[in-house]
Amino acid sequence: MDLWNYLEYAAWGISALLGLHMLVDWLKTDSSYSEDVLTSSREGELEAMAEEHRR
Amino acid sequence: MADIDITSQTIDGMGPHGTKVGLLRVLGPAHVWALGVGIVLVGEYMGWNFAVGKGGAYAALIACWFAGILYSCVAMIDSEVTSTVASAGGQYTQAKHIIGPLMAFNVGLYLVFAYTMLEAANAITAGYLFFVVAQMTGHAGDLDQRPFIILVIMFLAWLNYRGVLATLTFNLVITAIAFCAILILFLSTSGILGGGIMEHTALFEGHELPYGWIGVLAAMHFGLWYYLGIEGTTQAAEEVRSPARALPFGTLAGIMTLLIAATLTWYVCSGVLPWEYLGDGVNGSVAPLFDTARLSGSNGLVWLLGFGTLFATLASANGCINDASRAWFAMGRDKYLPGWFGAVHPQYRTPYRAIVFLVPIALIFALGAPLDQVITFSILSGLLGYTFMPLNIILFRRKWPLETIKRGYEHPFHPIPAITLLTLCGVTFFAVFLGYGTQLVAMIGFYIVVSLWFHFWRYRFVNRGAQFTMPWPKPQGY
Repeated sequence: MDLWNYLEYAAWGISALLGLHMLVDWLKTDSSYSEDVLTSSREGELEAMAEEHRR
Repeated sequence: MADIDITSQTIDGMGPHGTKVGLLRVLGPAHVWALGVGIVLVGEYMGWNFAVGKGGAYAALIACWFAGILYSCVAMIDSEVTSTVASAGGQYTQAKHIIGPLMAFNVGLYLVFAYTMLEAANAITAGYLFFVVAQMTGHAGDLDQRPFIILVIMFLAWLNYRGVLATLTFNLVITAIAFCAILILFLSTSGILGGGIMEHTALFEGHELPYGWIGVLAAMHFGLWYYLGIEGTTQAAEEVRSPARALPFGTLAGIMTLLIAATLTWYVCSGVLPWEYLGDGVNGSVAPLFDTARLSGSNGLVWLLGFGTLFATLASANGCINDASRAWFAMGRDKYLPGWFGAVHPQYRTPYRAIVFLVPIALIFALGAPLDQVITFSILSGLLGYTFMPLNIILFRRKWPLETIKRGYEHPFHPIPAITLLTLCGVTFFAVFLGYGTQLVAMIGFYIVVSLWFHFWRYRFVNRGAQFTMPWPKPQGY
């Protein structure tokens, strides 16, 4: 076992932790907010604002 | 109007059309530059040298400059359209507004495939770099590259998940280091600082164009490597503070940077490495800039270009995750794909479902597909996207002439750039057909099948009423 063998294990471990963090946060977010809020993003916000400014 | 406050600290992102959580507008021109150049610069560190194998060193230089013209046209056209259609999705959104849904669906897929394949190719390359470093530092036995490939994809996906500002600031730093490394290598080996080691005359003698002009044509395929991905700057359109200023500025500065980097790379590498070795990217020079640094005899340059190679690879993969997820997100938001993908993280303000969904796909290609096939699929998808651009700008100018809507940037000499781009795309398709005809036909077949699926099935789910969002006048002729 040399440094590179330890680095291999570290890479496996860190990858698993990062993946787990994203999955846990994803599930937490999906359960904390309604689908309407999460998917409320609409295209053309700035342009629509400019349009409303002109009215 | 009174209920909309874009400076609000408490209901940040609240906007018209019912948007409660949207992407965060925090980026500046430097981030746009970092996104575009970051995706591409790895092509200078490796890959472009296959063009030397196809037609010799001069053929690679001719391909470098012709591809440079092609991409300058891409950058100018993109700057005009994107500074006007400033939304996530880039060319997909442009196609949706200017041409129509079927074109938009195809362009969206070109983007996602081109970037996801390129991300996988970068992760494979990063794994290989770790393998080489392990061997150079005396590791006994073969290093398992898989954990490092997975780590690269997971770390960069995590960074993208957590926020766009940190992601592209990271890209800015590592891309700047990788670019400076090329400049320093040029200054150190060309004789400007210290003794020069360039041997162009001796190396080129008798090998000017070893396969004639057909070799120059064949080299065009890999000439794209010098710049492939600069069009990715458009994906930042919905996250820049000032689209009309930042997108043209960042994109045009990006293509200028790449023209300099590409020419210097060719000059340095072809002046030190024999063309037969330089042109063999598999058994010869895998990373030509790094090999040039090794021949310089300077340990400092070896380390600098070693880090430059790794940083360029990471920057490219990072930018690809950013761009593929924005294209996927935009297609989900319009229901071209399930609307579930159109979600934005309420805290990090990123398209988190699109980012996470594309991780296993990138992993499958990175761990299970051969590198050359992955790269070819990426190039072909990109090339189809470039072919769409001239049609796009011609229709854009025809439907909405300059005096009808204000652009952030107006590209000069229209329609010369569009015609030049279309011609060069035709030449490159022929060059690709010479080397990868089967893959080209298979891929066009794939896009025809998914187009039929979209036309006969998926389009019924598309959010048609909300598709056209720009407050533009009615197009001329309608």
